[in-house]
Amino acid sequence: MELTNLVFDPRNLRRRKVISAVMLTLSTIAAFLAIVPLIYIFFYTTSSGIASLNLDFFTNIPKPVGEAGGGMANAIVGSLIIVGIGSLFGIPIGIMAGIYVAEYSKSVFANFVKFITDVLNGTPSIIIGIFAYGVVVIPMQRFSAYAGGFALGILMIPTVTRITEEMLKLVPLSLREASLALGIPRWRTTIQIVLKTASAGIITGVLLAIARAAGETAPLLFTSFGNSFWSNSLDSPTASLPVQIFTYAISPYEEWHKKAWAGALVLIALVFVVSLLVRIVTRKKFGN
Amino acid sequence: MSIQFTLNTSEKQEDRNVKENTGKEILITKDLNVFFDGRPAIKDVSLYVNKNTITSIIGPSGCGKSTFLRSLNFMHDMIPKSRVTGEINIFGKDISEYNSVDLRRRVGMVFQKPNPFPTMSIYDNVVSGYRLNGMHRKGFYDEVVETSLKMIGLWDEVKDRLHVSAMSLSGGQQQRICIARTLAIKPQIVLMDEPTSALDPISTSKVEEAVYHLKKDFTFIIVTHNMQQAARVSDCTAFFYLGSLIEFGRTRDVFTNPSNKLTEQYITGKFG
Repeated sequence: MELTNLVFDPRNLRRRKVISAVMLTLSTIAAFLAIVPLIYIFFYTTSSGIASLNLDFFTNIPKPVGEAGGGMANAIVGSLIIVGIGSLFGIPIGIMAGIYVAEYSKSVFANFVKFITDVLNGTPSIIIGIFAYGVVVIPMQRFSAYAGGFALGILMIPTVTRITEEMLKLVPLSLREASLALGIPRWRTTIQIVLKTASAGIITGVLLAIARAAGETAPLLFTSFGNSFWSNSLDSPTASLPVQIFTYAISPYEEWHKKAWAGALVLIALVFVVSLLVRIVTRKKFGN
Repeated sequence: MSIQFTLNTSEKQEDRNVKENTGKEILITKDLNVFFDGRPAIKDVSLYVNKNTITSIIGPSGCGKSTFLRSLNFMHDMIPKSRVTGEINIFGKDISEYNSVDLRRRVGMVFQKPNPFPTMSIYDNVVSGYRLNGMHRKGFYDEVVETSLKMIGLWDEVKDRLHVSAMSLSGGQQQRICIARTLAIKPQIVLMDEPTSALDPISTSKVEEAVYHLKKDFTFIIVTHNMQQAARVSDCTAFFYLGSLIEFGRTRDVFTNPSNKLTEQYITGKFG
């Protein structure tokens, strides 16, 4: 009785409506606060960089200080190459490790892998760079795109592993059972049912990893190093957008600052375009 | 009390098994035990299933019905720390002589909740048993889809939209897709774990009707909570209680003249 009265008391109802409205307002504000920095960064970068953006920027290599024109063509291509190398080796390893951890999660080794990927995830990227310097640059006796790609690949592995694991665990057991009950072997079940069902989430995770890697500067400083000219091979120092932006931004020249902004804009646009392309290509046959 | 009953029936059970051993058995279990983490889930279950019959398994929740069913096609493989003892003889061979993939192609399973593959169309779901086993023959697929869907009475409802997502169908249709998918690969035995408990009465009757007519081609073992369903469609009924097989016999006998007091109480709704 007491409870019923409480629930239907009009004053109480009014109080709850007020609380509801306040909480809704607070969470809406929080949602806005979350996207404001992103939108601000996007507009600020666009307005500062768009002026220096022209065809020259995409087709020419940097000109010496004081000379007008010049671009970042070598850095754009270099970034694509380095991120590409990193993806080629980081994504498959990450996805396969994620499958192992998710599908064989009872084993001690899987728990160990999980722990290590968490540690790796929290490792500052400059340390990854030092590692790549030690295992690739020193033996090869030179800075190279390979070394940069290696560093970025290492950086991508933990992100991809963890997101793959999380997404695979979201696939209900009933789907695995349905597949196994049809006499479909476990490996096919994992690839063609479990992985396929989780693919949208995994792709999102992979994109996050690529986007993060594409923006990394620290691990590239002493792996791919940078280059004011076109690199003639993958085992020579290679320019990349983040390093080029860094170099230009800390220079004392106004002209270079503008170019750095333009580079930042291109970097953001690249990540955006790659995300969009992958989404379109891998769009699910059926919406959820 | 109940232990007393159990002991009595298992003795009587033994007699009946011997008496009705007709040679048509497609599946025989003897003293089957399943343990999870050392705890017994079913105890000393001995029964047999004849070819081209429908056997229903009834009993209150947690009595081991599903556990029994799942032990018949190695579904306990998915659960760590499970252990199976006793004999299961399927098609005249001990179950240990099969590998899980081959056995499951011959002993299919339909689950309680409809579980069509969400990334596939209706068509692809029905042929998934073939396609995911690496068989690719286009013309053959069309035929499989049509016959399988007709078997379960779904063809007319979906023939114009075979290539839409299976998830766009109603729950009852989804479940029938799952049944069609199981029947498509022509298993000899079909295990059904409460196949209609998530369905509305109309879908339920469609499934029952289909199963009844399909027993000339398949052998069904159906776990059900629905006593009327057991009485309506099955030839034999097994009553499980607390992990033991209490009574097993012709459905007519079990429902009209149960030999065990527990069975009588359960089917008259006094407990369970």
